[in-house]
Amino acid sequence: MSGPDAVTVQRWTTASVISTIAIATLAVALAFGPLVLGPNAVDKLTTLFIYLMLAVMWNALAGYAGLVSVGQQAFFGIGAYFAIQLSYHGVSVYPALVLGAVAAAVVALPVSLFMLRLKGGEFAIGMWVVAELSHLLVNLDDLVRGETGTSLIALNEYGPDARRDINYWMALGAVSVLLLLVFVLLRSRLGASVQAIRDDEDAAAAVGVRVVAGKRIIFVLAAFGCALAGTLWLATFITFQPKTYFSVQWTAYMIFMALVGGLGTFEGPILGGALFFLIENQFGESGVWYLVGLGLIAVVFALFIPRGIWGSIEDRFGIRLLPVGYRLRLKDAPAGSATLQPP
Amino acid sequence: MIWVTQILQGVLLGGYYALLACGLSFMFGVMRIINLAHGDLAVLGACLVFVIADQTDISPFVALIAVLPAMALVGWAMQRGMLERSLRAGMLVPLLTTFGIAVVVENALFEQFGADTRSLAPYIGSLAFDSWTITDDFYVGYLALLIFAVAVLLLGGLHLFLGRTALGRAIRATAEDPDTAELVGINSRAIYAAAAAIAVASAGLAGTFLAMRETFDPYAGPLQLIFAFEAVVIGGIGSLWGTLLGGIVLGVAQNIGAQFNPRGFLIAGHVMFFVVLAGRLLISGLAARGGIRSILGQRA
Repeated sequence: MSGPDAVTVQRWTTASVISTIAIATLAVALAFGPLVLGPNAVDKLTTLFIYLMLAVMWNALAGYAGLVSVGQQAFFGIGAYFAIQLSYHGVSVYPALVLGAVAAAVVALPVSLFMLRLKGGEFAIGMWVVAELSHLLVNLDDLVRGETGTSLIALNEYGPDARRDINYWMALGAVSVLLLLVFVLLRSRLGASVQAIRDDEDAAAAVGVRVVAGKRIIFVLAAFGCALAGTLWLATFITFQPKTYFSVQWTAYMIFMALVGGLGTFEGPILGGALFFLIENQFGESGVWYLVGLGLIAVVFALFIPRGIWGSIEDRFGIRLLPVGYRLRLKDAPAGSATLQPP
Repeated sequence: MIWVTQILQGVLLGGYYALLACGLSFMFGVMRIINLAHGDLAVLGACLVFVIADQTDISPFVALIAVLPAMALVGWAMQRGMLERSLRAGMLVPLLTTFGIAVVVENALFEQFGADTRSLAPYIGSLAFDSWTITDDFYVGYLALLIFAVAVLLLGGLHLFLGRTALGRAIRATAEDPDTAELVGINSRAIYAAAAAIAVASAGLAGTFLAMRETFDPYAGPLQLIFAFEAVVIGGIGSLWGTLLGGIVLGVAQNIGAQFNPRGFLIAGHVMFFVVLAGRLLISGLAARGGIRSILGQRA
């Protein structure tokens, strides 16, 4: 071979430039949604955006930081609860939705002190205990009136049409910001270090990666994202019943979306979220068998297609739509023939 | 006197938690898998016993003779068919797999049995409510005592089994290092399957006792998983007798919490879990590693 000059490290490829521009354009085009779409479509898309937020956040946790949480519904519920409290105490309703999520992220910080010391399955169920305990504590608040629940009454100051459009824009904005944050994080030094932690924590620590700090940033980000999804869900459905918000079902959905789409890929959870949305629209009414089906699909993917749909495509064709990693390219070879792939 | 009663009831409840937790702890000890379907498998066992007791005149205790081997078979098949494959793929995949199994089991049970709560109490005669009454507010229920005794027997039996029998030694060797165990002629695949069978059968036994002492429904599993996990963590993972102690601490905390608030039962249990966890963090931060039997210092 002809020495080190024959190899270049690439970040952007033609394909990734085109697809990044396409995705940004799509996001801008979607912003005009409420002007051209019917009310039903706007509602559906808002739900889709919320699912995407959950999928992207769970993927950041498990796919990049290696933290499998079965208790992300804790933050979904806490965020919604804080939004109700803030609005009850006079904060204007839409800012309360964002501040509620910020408050949940603040709660996540001390929680991370405990939880990040746990490993693997212990972290997974430990988070479930966090969710159960938050559910019980929220129920103690008289404002919530136990399992009867309450509603975000302040939203009544907006008419149903205005509310629908604002919810849509907020959800679109939230999912775009979260995607951008994950994109920036992954391209930063932190992105490389958390993935090193996921692959081998001891080895990462040995080469000087600050293991706990890296995990903590992702943990708090995921708490914020899931809480924001919770407050937007509250804005869409107005009622707050603790049982619904603190249900482990939410985490089941997150796992399904991230796993089927492709754990540890940037594009995967977006694909998985969209797929889940379609499946739910098609079969959601068929009740419990639908949940059995979701569980079976998740098991099949975990065992036989652990890289998910997008991960498999990426492995086979070396495509990467968004430049979150590096590509090693040999000078003499055609583009894409020698790329660095994750194991 | 009310406190003495509550604490005693808590200790006996701890026996149930130990019974529930022993399979979870055992499976983690041998295969390093935390089985997220453990609670749902316990409920599956309860449902099987319920069907037999309900359809025939057979006592739930006799029904266990058929149900426990069936549950062992479920554990064996689960290990051979799914978990064995997932073990080769790192730590993430077994968790996702067992979570998927949990979702399938509980929803399939719901499809079969509906939302009704059920109990085995009507099928065990006066055992469900008989007790030694010492004074009006100081009594010991026969059933609670029986469950506690079974828990001690099971933990003690498992202890002897691991220490004294050839299969027990093989299991310990495989838990220590499966590859080296293979070198000395142990079939680690078969050992894993046997361990899963034991763990799931014990879950079925615990589920049956759950159904005898209170009501259950198809979605009762997750909470049982959480109780089992809390007992294991409080007692220290990897120690069978620690599990009993953990169960007792959990049960006593819950019964004391229940005295303050209707929801205090669950809250106090979870809070106790976090208090123990925080204590561990503090101690492991201060002391040198290895001195304390701590889950936090242990390698996965």
